[in-house]
Amino acid sequence: MDNTVFTLLPLMILVGFSLLVLVADMMLAREQRPALGIVALIGVIVSLISCSWLWNAPQTAWSDMIVSDHFALFSYIIFLVSTGLTLLLSMRYLSEEDIQFGEYYALLLLAATGAMLMASGLDLMTIFIGLEILSISVYILAGFARRNERSLESALKYFLLGAFATGFFLYGIAMVYGATGTTNIKVISQVVSEGTIRSQSFLWIGIALLVAGFGFKVALFPFHVWTPDVYEGAPTSVTAFMSTAVKAAGFAAFGRVFLSALQPMHADWTGILWILAVFTMFFGNITAIAQRSVKRMLAYSSIAHAGYMLIAIIAGDANLSSGSLLFYLLGYAFTNVAAFGIVIYLSRKGETEFDGKDYAGLAIRHPWLAFVMAVCMVSLAGIPPTAGFMGKFYIFSAAIKAKFYWLAVLGVINSVISVYYYLRVIFVMYFEKPAADYVHGTLSLGMKIVLILSVIGIFQLGTVPGSVMALLQNSMMVFQ
Amino acid sequence: MVEYLPILVMFAIAIAMAVVILVLTHLLGPRQDDPVKLSMYESGVNPAQDSKVRFSVKFYLVAILFVLFDIEVVFLYPWAVTYKTLLSSLGWLMFWQMFIFVAVLLVGFGYVWKKGGLQWD
Repeated sequence: MDNTVFTLLPLMILVGFSLLVLVADMMLAREQRPALGIVALIGVIVSLISCSWLWNAPQTAWSDMIVSDHFALFSYIIFLVSTGLTLLLSMRYLSEEDIQFGEYYALLLLAATGAMLMASGLDLMTIFIGLEILSISVYILAGFARRNERSLESALKYFLLGAFATGFFLYGIAMVYGATGTTNIKVISQVVSEGTIRSQSFLWIGIALLVAGFGFKVALFPFHVWTPDVYEGAPTSVTAFMSTAVKAAGFAAFGRVFLSALQPMHADWTGILWILAVFTMFFGNITAIAQRSVKRMLAYSSIAHAGYMLIAIIAGDANLSSGSLLFYLLGYAFTNVAAFGIVIYLSRKGETEFDGKDYAGLAIRHPWLAFVMAVCMVSLAGIPPTAGFMGKFYIFSAAIKAKFYWLAVLGVINSVISVYYYLRVIFVMYFEKPAADYVHGTLSLGMKIVLILSVIGIFQLGTVPGSVMALLQNSMMVFQ
Repeated sequence: MVEYLPILVMFAIAIAMAVVILVLTHLLGPRQDDPVKLSMYESGVNPAQDSKVRFSVKFYLVAILFVLFDIEVVFLYPWAVTYKTLLSSLGWLMFWQMFIFVAVLLVGFGYVWKKGGLQWD
């Protein structure tokens, strides 16, 4: 048997475990359902192990539809980390929200599978299929609290707009196919660099449509309108997943298409992406300042972070860009899941509105929790010695190496703006008096593990980034 | 592109004909409405009720399930067609590919069954 079949092993494991969860769900009693989260978690860990097994032999497989290079495998790790952390957050949360269903865990694993397919797709069609697997699972997850109106609204908005965006994306693929005669990323790159394109204008239309499709998934400026409502309405654990794994998947595929297939046209597409990045950063950061709800603030901050990540792609150097992009995404995954974990802990059942009152005086009530939240905010703001700082450092230095000086300057200005609203959370936690009527809850074991792992991850990436960056050297095999 | 011009002309003529005939009948034709003439056309049978009736949401579930399992059969066709040619190069992989695909669908079928998706009442 052809052993390139096993390049998809991490995905096969996840699909297998999601089926296992579904079957087990049929047999288990209602109160045993949190155990399904453990089953899913084992799946994530086994899949993670299989990634390390594939690490030393990057190759293309399945008739050049799939590539398992370091870019893809490292993206897998990002998705699996955020899926695993989300699972740990979810088990208790689902019981509290009265939505403890086995389908949740199965869908989460399937969404991660779709994300992995997007990162490893060496063909636009594979990326599209991955996008669909991911999106459809997340549409359902967003509306998972089916008795909560906000959750349903969020699912409906996400589904309608997402279906449109998918249409744009597919149309873009068709246009690129029309212009280059192929959907294979390797071949597109050859055709574009040799200049044997059939129609330059078709290619441009295709690129524009692809930007719209990806822009929706990762929440870039003109395509971001769904983000705050969907992030706010969806169950918070799903929001944590959306803002990390889904965004990472979008950027992995975005990076793959623009840094390898369309890299020879780099000079042609930087202009439009430059504008999008600047608008995204300014819009996200300035709007986040005005938010009263922490969940909504994190939604706008996630838009702003999409802007920073886009800078990495604009820099356009396959090696530097993909390395800094993935590094940033990993740090962002740790930080955001932990921040949403604390939002989950502080929110009360059924509530989706959060004001400062829940956070006031957290440092007195729960010093460690306040510390973790502070670390997350500092990392999001990009202050050393955290993952967020090193991520921004790599991205901005990639931009400067590619001579995008203004972009780097605007990025730094935006980081400074963002410090205001991140530090406000810290201020409220440490300097305001706690509300008298506050009821103490207990932290679940899963939540504790998430917070500890995240803090370790944030400091590990922030203090010894070299060990991770070394893994990301020449991560895209297409160029070797 | 020039060789397509006759088709364009034909389109224009066809559309013009349709528009002209519709407008002319509307302007020149006598109008004599009566209840029978305005009633719904049910192939000659007397209409029993309004055509816009509510129907059970169960039909929708059945339709979705049909589409799902219909795709399975659609996917079997290309597999069956290429079976002979690919058998020599892929060997047992050919068998396992479809086996896994059907097995995944079987789990889905079991899920639907267990969840009561096939129950009408």
